[in-house]
Amino acid sequence: MGDKFMGYRRKDGSVGVRNLIAIIPSVFCSAKVAERIAYQVPGSVYFRHPVGCSQVGEDLEVTARTLIQIGRNPNYAGVVVVGLGCERFSPYELADGIAPSQKMLETVVIQQEGDSLAAIQKGVKYAREMQQLASRQQREEADVSELTIGLNCGGSDMTSGLIANPALGIASDKLVEQGGTSILSEITELLGTEHILARRAINEQVAGEIREIIRRTEQRLKRQTSESTNKKRTHLISTGNYDGGLSSVVEKSLGSMKKSGSAPFSGTFAYGERPSAKGLLLMDSPGHDGEVTTGQVAAGAQIILFPTGRGTPTGFPGVPVIKITGNPRTFEKMKENIDINAGEVLLGKKTLQQMGEEIYREILEVASGKLAKAEILGHDEQFCITRLP
Amino acid sequence: MREVQSEAKTALVIDERDNVAVALTDLRKGDVCTVRKGGEVEKLVVSEDIPFGHKLAIQEIGKDESVYKYGEEIGRMSEPIGKGGWIHSHNMYCERGMERG
Repeated sequence: MGDKFMGYRRKDGSVGVRNLIAIIPSVFCSAKVAERIAYQVPGSVYFRHPVGCSQVGEDLEVTARTLIQIGRNPNYAGVVVVGLGCERFSPYELADGIAPSQKMLETVVIQQEGDSLAAIQKGVKYAREMQQLASRQQREEADVSELTIGLNCGGSDMTSGLIANPALGIASDKLVEQGGTSILSEITELLGTEHILARRAINEQVAGEIREIIRRTEQRLKRQTSESTNKKRTHLISTGNYDGGLSSVVEKSLGSMKKSGSAPFSGTFAYGERPSAKGLLLMDSPGHDGEVTTGQVAAGAQIILFPTGRGTPTGFPGVPVIKITGNPRTFEKMKENIDINAGEVLLGKKTLQQMGEEIYREILEVASGKLAKAEILGHDEQFCITRLP
Repeated sequence: MREVQSEAKTALVIDERDNVAVALTDLRKGDVCTVRKGGEVEKLVVSEDIPFGHKLAIQEIGKDESVYKYGEEIGRMSEPIGKGGWIHSHNMYCERGMERG
């Protein structure tokens, strides 16, 4: 028997750790109306984004499937889709995509309602009805194997690779051992570790997929390099990473992969997809924090685990983002943003193993309702759908 | 913040194959730093200022020789370095992520 948490059981069998109403614009033109609806209904969240129209090919497909899968994430009890009416990705396509989750679902189309005010009014009515029904639902016991966590780090310094990421790796291993799912991404920050990751694949097919995902990402970064503005730079390290003591992309990658612990990789999947495998998975994604977490939430992650060495405040609408720092100075400075002070390992007050177990317990507590600091402060800037060139 | 700086000057070697240690406190030129490697402890004189989180050489490393951290090569030296010196982007290069397409 695995560990338990208290969550919201959904009709499709999934378990939410939050019970919110999601107001999702199908296109950027309806973002403000969605925002106004959410502002008037406590317990609802909205998803501002700049896409949904004037896109073609795989770029449009990624937008469409990401929005659909976000709507299906079990943390949302109901969804109000808000469309404009003339966009390429229609609000009805979005609603049809979300419908198999069997959650409460309504669609408001601005051009049909007449104007913003009429659309807001209708959306508020739907969202309030949903909220009233959702508010009656009680948390019930669920097995930890129902949990999916996303691993993403940002604002890294050397303490990330030394302490916060390895401690998170221990927590991730504990979750995966009990049948849970953990998602590693940020492919741009895995360059130079493909041989190590591939060795941990459950079979040669998965090993090949891991190598291929990293190879393709590196090829793309080379194409995008601009010699005139950034000499010979085809890797992604930020100024803060250098200041914090990281000197090369491989050094950063070696620290970055530590988040995934030592569990075997059971599969890989594309951005915006819902994976069919459980266990430790690799998601093909860029390195941008918001784009990574958005892909992970679309994949079904109910919680994001976020080590940060330099400190970052960001969060995701309706999904707890648990911040962990291995840097005691950063924790002192950003106490209101950071949930877990793994810097105690650096100071010799706790072992890495103890810290890993503390993180694991925090995952269960947050899954059962404890608010992460990013939620308390209302941070929601991580919702960003990736664009393809 | 002050709490950390008041701690003894220490650095940590992550993997036994490594030829660098990570500074766990800000280090100043001339400091005697306690370098932890597995269960062993070695005293080392720091030859230049090294910020918290940055790397110091725990042995001489020649030009174009590999720098090892986490037991893996993270780059090579663009100039030789002595024991106790600061290794960062000014004297270490990594070809990975630097090739032109």
